[in-house]
Amino acid sequence: MDLYVVQFLTGLANAASLFLVASGLSLIFGVTRIVNFAHGAFYMLGAYIAYSLTVRWQTPLGFWAALLVASAAVAVVGVIIETLLLRRIYNAPELLQLLATFGITLIAEDAVRLIWGPEDLVGPRAAGLSGAVSILGNAMPIYDFVLILLGPLVFGLLWLLLHRSRWGLLVRAATQDRDMVNALGVNQKWLFTGVFALGVFLAAFGGGLQIPRDAVTHFMDLSIITEVFVIVVIGGLGSIGGAFLAAIIVSQLNAFGILILPGISLVLMFAVMAVVLVLRPWGLLGKQVVRSRIAALPDVGAWKPFDRTGRLAVSLAVFLAVLLPFLLGDYGISVASEVMIAIIFAISLQFLMSVGGLDSFGHAANLGLGAYGAALCVQYFGMSMELAMLTGPLIAAAFAVVAGWFCVRLSNIYFAMLTLAYAQILWSIVFQWVDLTGGDNGIVGVWPSEWAASPNAYYWLTTACAVGVVLAIRYLTFSPFGYSLRALRDSPMRSATIGISQRHIQHVAFVISAFFAGLAGVLFAFQKGSIFPDALGISTSVDGLIMVLLGGFNTVSGSVVGAVVYKVSSIWLMSNTDFPRLILGSVIVVLVVLFPQGIVGTSQRLLETWRTRRRLGEANVGAPAQKGGVA
Amino acid sequence: MLEVAKLNSWYGPAHILFDVNLNVMAGEVVALLGRNGAGKSTTMKSIIGLVNRREGRLVFRNDEISNLAPFEISRKGLGYVPEDRRIFTELTVEENLEVGRQPAREGGNAWTPDRIYTLFPNLAEMRKRPAGRMSGGEQQMLTIGRTLMGNPYLVLLDEPSEGIAPKIVEQMAEAIILLKREGVSVLLSEQNLHFARLISDRCYILEKGITQFSGTVAELDSRPDLRETYLAL
Repeated sequence: MDLYVVQFLTGLANAASLFLVASGLSLIFGVTRIVNFAHGAFYMLGAYIAYSLTVRWQTPLGFWAALLVASAAVAVVGVIIETLLLRRIYNAPELLQLLATFGITLIAEDAVRLIWGPEDLVGPRAAGLSGAVSILGNAMPIYDFVLILLGPLVFGLLWLLLHRSRWGLLVRAATQDRDMVNALGVNQKWLFTGVFALGVFLAAFGGGLQIPRDAVTHFMDLSIITEVFVIVVIGGLGSIGGAFLAAIIVSQLNAFGILILPGISLVLMFAVMAVVLVLRPWGLLGKQVVRSRIAALPDVGAWKPFDRTGRLAVSLAVFLAVLLPFLLGDYGISVASEVMIAIIFAISLQFLMSVGGLDSFGHAANLGLGAYGAALCVQYFGMSMELAMLTGPLIAAAFAVVAGWFCVRLSNIYFAMLTLAYAQILWSIVFQWVDLTGGDNGIVGVWPSEWAASPNAYYWLTTACAVGVVLAIRYLTFSPFGYSLRALRDSPMRSATIGISQRHIQHVAFVISAFFAGLAGVLFAFQKGSIFPDALGISTSVDGLIMVLLGGFNTVSGSVVGAVVYKVSSIWLMSNTDFPRLILGSVIVVLVVLFPQGIVGTSQRLLETWRTRRRLGEANVGAPAQKGGVA
Repeated sequence: MLEVAKLNSWYGPAHILFDVNLNVMAGEVVALLGRNGAGKSTTMKSIIGLVNRREGRLVFRNDEISNLAPFEISRKGLGYVPEDRRIFTELTVEENLEVGRQPAREGGNAWTPDRIYTLFPNLAEMRKRPAGRMSGGEQQMLTIGRTLMGNPYLVLLDEPSEGIAPKIVEQMAEAIILLKREGVSVLLSEQNLHFARLISDRCYILEKGITQFSGTVAELDSRPDLRETYLAL
């Protein structure tokens, strides 16, 4: 019993930091409608800067001063990022915003390693608060009690700010309808900047608060951001009260999960989130989000199957790809196999996103299921590679039948969040169920059949699969099923009135996409000979998103080009620079801002413009331009 | 007061307004008539700057406003009351008015919540009520009141009579006449010809994004063909 009380109190203390970060994220989302992936990075930066200051200022006042100064400094960084970057993408599709802020996260991780080095840093205890008190015979740090009080205090201050000041009133009004606030004479640019600064300040402060309790590391950003995503989704995006409530729920789940169900403690939080999303997609205390403006998709003209020239070009490319082993050595060919696998993974995601309009943030789940499914079959049943190549994708698809049933009930950002939760649940299971999956040690000894064992043979196998999958997906895209899917993406309501069942069609698409991603997973496992939980991690999902974005997310199969460029350059970066994330992050940010349509999208647009000009040039010779014609 | 010359607007690739010209003199109430989809609301949104792409010359009180953001235009004294009202449902009546408040104009008689409550007595009884729990007519009064709190010289009033009870429409007409007496100019869009004639000095007819007629209400009355072609349903 005593242990439970102490555990409860520890949970409450944990909630404080989580609440600060989550409330900042929620505030920023409420007004700017940006889901700020970089929020974890600001939390981390806050911790690092505060660490450097607390080491120097070891007095009771110095500790708190250090936290405040550090948070203010990070807030300034936030303002710079907001004015230089985010202002340009407030009206961009959510996916681009998520990616841009993820790019900032990557940059921050390497920046922190550059400045503070790669080692974990253990900060001093809070001066004057380092003792412990005995609660029912158990020692509780005094600092934890301070945190327990601090959470409600900050909550109260935020409430006062939002409800008792004109600025807070404008923030609340803008949360509901920012364009109207603009039309009423409020400069929303500065309102956005102010909200962003406040949100970042809170995140950084939350980071600083952790110093006396935990080491400062350069991967604390991703662990907190997942937890905080879960919190804001449970509490309701945009709701401060919801963030407070959910921070407590999640901390208590963590505290008692370890005690009662140590094997699946990590799953608990995501399971609760999934349940909340299904029952109350807008969260416990959230309001249904009305999109203030539908993000304007750049107009690229209608999708068409390849014409004769296009088919010839593609055939030529495939032909050259088949000849590649005669040009490259073993290393080059294994990279090429990886590229082929990346193509399968990317195009399966593109089918879901570009054709289906469903932005998945957890596509790694499908790849991981295929990979682990195959690896487990090999390990436990001694299955052959050929059979595993069918079983793996089927396992991914079977899971997707269940997960998809839930996911397609949500749209937009909530779909992204639930798919993220799906991948994270699977990741936690794989990570914690050591008996079955080997946990962090992964599964090894997953080798291909003899005929495919040589790098060249394996490369031809992956090439054949990639070509088959791309063809299948293009075929599906231009089939009646693909048309229904696109109709739903463009106008769910009109589609419903002509008898298209949204849930059914999108569910099927979800499963198809999972099947192909599962195939990528199987090929991945057999190529490496092993599989680790990373395959299910956020970074795998983000890899997929970047490849789609790079190729052009409003194209049918631009991700093929995206996968080639991304995979080759990231492998090159990994082996040739010390700070690959810095470069990768910068590239993502630049891409999102300058070329939101990706490589293929941008070139298509250029081609289109050139063709239109030529056509117009010809037309103008004969007939005068019509009134109200092309402007 | 307001001069609009050769206004063109687009929603994405769709060209909506074609060379719309209109002007409003100080102290005038001008009506923009036309059927659903004629481009009335788009004209208003284009003037205040809420469309993504617009071209043309917009001059307000001798200032060029064609390239300004909505908040800048609003601060110059051009108020906008949207068709769908867009009140802040989570905020109370009082708070909605406060969001619209801007500093008083030089030499002007600034609007206060009390003056708004005198104009729309219904609102006075529900100051603390969340605006989401009000009737359509009350919301319409609130959205006008909220815009007046910015002390505008000219108000763009998009379909003030739409979807509200006939009795409230009458009240609305009285309020607009009162505003005119206070020296506030009004450009309103309407499908309700009866309502528009009651309060307007002049009118324009829009059809398919093109100005088809401009003249006084008396001139419109003498041209039943116009009514038949452009306004009859």
